[in-house]
Amino acid sequence: MAAPRACLRLVAPIWNLSASGSRCLSSAVTPEGNQRKGGMLLQFLADRFYDVEALRDYLFQKQLSKVHKKNRSFVGIKKRYGPYIAGASFVLKQGGAVKFQGQEWIRATGHGYSRLKLLNFQAVPIEAVDASDCAINYEGLDNILALKELQSLFLQRCPHVDDWCLSRLHQLASSLQELSLAGCPRISERGLACLHHLQNLRRLDISDLPAVSNPGLTQILVEEMLPKCEVVGAEWAQGLKSGPEEQSQDTASPLPT
Amino acid sequence: MFRGAVWLLAGRGSLGRGLSTRSGGWTPDWTEKVSEIKKKIQSALPGGAWHPLYDTSHLPPEHSDVVIVGGGVLGLSVAYWLKRLEKPRGAIKVLVVDRDHTYSQASTGLSVGGIRQQFSLPENIQLSLFSVDFLRNINEYLAVVNDPPLDVQFNPSGYLFLASEKGAAIMENNVKVQRQEGAKVCLMSPEQLRNKFPWINTDGVALASYGLEGEGWFDPWCLLQGLRRKVQSLGVLFSQGEVTRFITSSSHMQTTSGKGVTMKRIHEVHVKMDHSLEYQPVECAIVINAAGAWSGQVAELAGIGKGPPDTLEGTKLPVEPRKRYVYLWHCPEGPGLETPFVADTSGAYFRREGLGHNYLGGCSPTEEEEPDPGNLEVDHDFFQDKVWPPLAHRVPAFQCLKHLVRLQVRSAWAGYYDYNTFDQNGVVGPHPLVSNMYFATGFSGHGLQQAPAVGRAVAEMVLEGQFRTIDLSSFLFSRFYLGEKVEERNII
Repeated sequence: MAAPRACLRLVAPIWNLSASGSRCLSSAVTPEGNQRKGGMLLQFLADRFYDVEALRDYLFQKQLSKVHKKNRSFVGIKKRYGPYIAGASFVLKQGGAVKFQGQEWIRATGHGYSRLKLLNFQAVPIEAVDASDCAINYEGLDNILALKELQSLFLQRCPHVDDWCLSRLHQLASSLQELSLAGCPRISERGLACLHHLQNLRRLDISDLPAVSNPGLTQILVEEMLPKCEVVGAEWAQGLKSGPEEQSQDTASPLPT
Repeated sequence: MFRGAVWLLAGRGSLGRGLSTRSGGWTPDWTEKVSEIKKKIQSALPGGAWHPLYDTSHLPPEHSDVVIVGGGVLGLSVAYWLKRLEKPRGAIKVLVVDRDHTYSQASTGLSVGGIRQQFSLPENIQLSLFSVDFLRNINEYLAVVNDPPLDVQFNPSGYLFLASEKGAAIMENNVKVQRQEGAKVCLMSPEQLRNKFPWINTDGVALASYGLEGEGWFDPWCLLQGLRRKVQSLGVLFSQGEVTRFITSSSHMQTTSGKGVTMKRIHEVHVKMDHSLEYQPVECAIVINAAGAWSGQVAELAGIGKGPPDTLEGTKLPVEPRKRYVYLWHCPEGPGLETPFVADTSGAYFRREGLGHNYLGGCSPTEEEEPDPGNLEVDHDFFQDKVWPPLAHRVPAFQCLKHLVRLQVRSAWAGYYDYNTFDQNGVVGPHPLVSNMYFATGFSGHGLQQAPAVGRAVAEMVLEGQFRTIDLSSFLFSRFYLGEKVEERNII
């Protein structure tokens, strides 16, 4: 393949877009018409040249390793400064927010955040984590599960949080009171089934989960599973169609004799 | 004879020409004339039909480095790992032969799909742990460019094993081993059990072990199709046909103690096409026996077990098909979303299926009650007599089925276990005498959940000669001759 660097620059944003169907929420900005043509061209070439196929493979592996790198465990920091600082650094690095007990929300981009300030809170447990829109996955959850006094966890619109991640949350069962999973594209009712370990949960948000097959029924079953918890999510009547209205119209119209 | 044919031709031609009008030229049935002439020449010439250039695209290739007999989840897993671990890329030509491309009787598709780490042997636990990792990262392992990602529909609900007084000590021991290997399992007392799962009747239960992570059930068909798709993209060839014969050669050798021993090597595999006598001899270097319930028959074709009893030559592969039933029933007041895969003290099991209060379950029959494995017909009385009573005792909500048993059983099917009659654990690795046949079979009901790890182990054995990641030396064939049983210590 000639001019590999130029090719990569051309190919990389197109790859991001063609993969976005399955990976979701990647931030490519090229216009629709161009990207579809580019995607088709890439597919055409990939079907005919092993090099292009290997290139696509390589780009895909690179995307995956990017997510993995973001989710490394902060083992060194954990050993030196304790689990709370490690968890806080992890969440802040990902772009989320952290709330220590008795303090305000700390965000990486916000006012008054500095890494040195964090060190003051070495012994202060974290009571809330807001990891919304972060690329946190199964491995990265290690850092959060070490926070044994966590009371609220917000995982809204996280693209890599799936059913496997939910099965790990049982480690926070003793303290977790509020959990929000709204808008996560990979969570289905199968992952929600393992939330029954969280017996102290008082508020659960399961709205807008596209992978759940039957949102209304799932809401009812989750409410039955966690009787002391307030489940916010789909309305139970969402799955029902407007049958009775049609019937009443029929009876009103005169029957043919 | 030729002259006679030519005269016939000339005579025919002149007759034809004579009949047609001069201005009209040839009669229009030229092709018919040609085929008649061809037939006449053929009947005049000696020998049968000779078709030098006919279509062989339906036949497997004539040479292949590795032939995998059996295209189920184990066979495809071995093919995948062979292609992944080979050095350099594209070095090994692999052919997968399966006699049914619809997988209508294959154990993989008919499986209930459970995966657990609650075994008593460390090897089984390690195999299962790796397989769960594989399933979790299935879209990294089995990614194919431009194909949609796989969704194995994993339900992480865990397994719940119940033990009576007699089995409580064994269960505690098992859980200790499982925890050592890294499985996340916890023990529960009957009171904790009642608190967590109020629908259980803990009568007769002394202890329970519950898997917290990495256990549950998934869609085996998705795993099979994912493996198939990936393996095809890596260049593995598929052939639909039945292995009917192995062409082997023997060499007589002597052990260090002077005893004579016959070592065999398989040179060719004869693959016979469906509904036809046509077969293709495939020359190969290595044969992998992953034929599931029929592995015993395939091994016999290679001469394994043909010899005086109590010798290594005479030791058969003790894998045979055993029929198991699975029933799907509906119970509106049954346990809810949190239901794990429950395995009762009596051996009956059930799990939740979907969101509509449907449950899948079954029971392993005792040796005396083993059904005839000749077909996959379902015995509905078995559900009434053996499966429903213990489950209804354990989960009182199921007694709603008492008066309507047949009506509420929505569906049932039967599948085969590749049952290892010796110790109910898998056979992995080469045969000591037939040095190029490797086994990956005999897992007796837990083949699906260990398939990715077993595939990797067999691929390592083939490519490097030893197990590198998980040591399965206790699952080798030689244990059948030495009489060393490697049994799971099951709780009663």
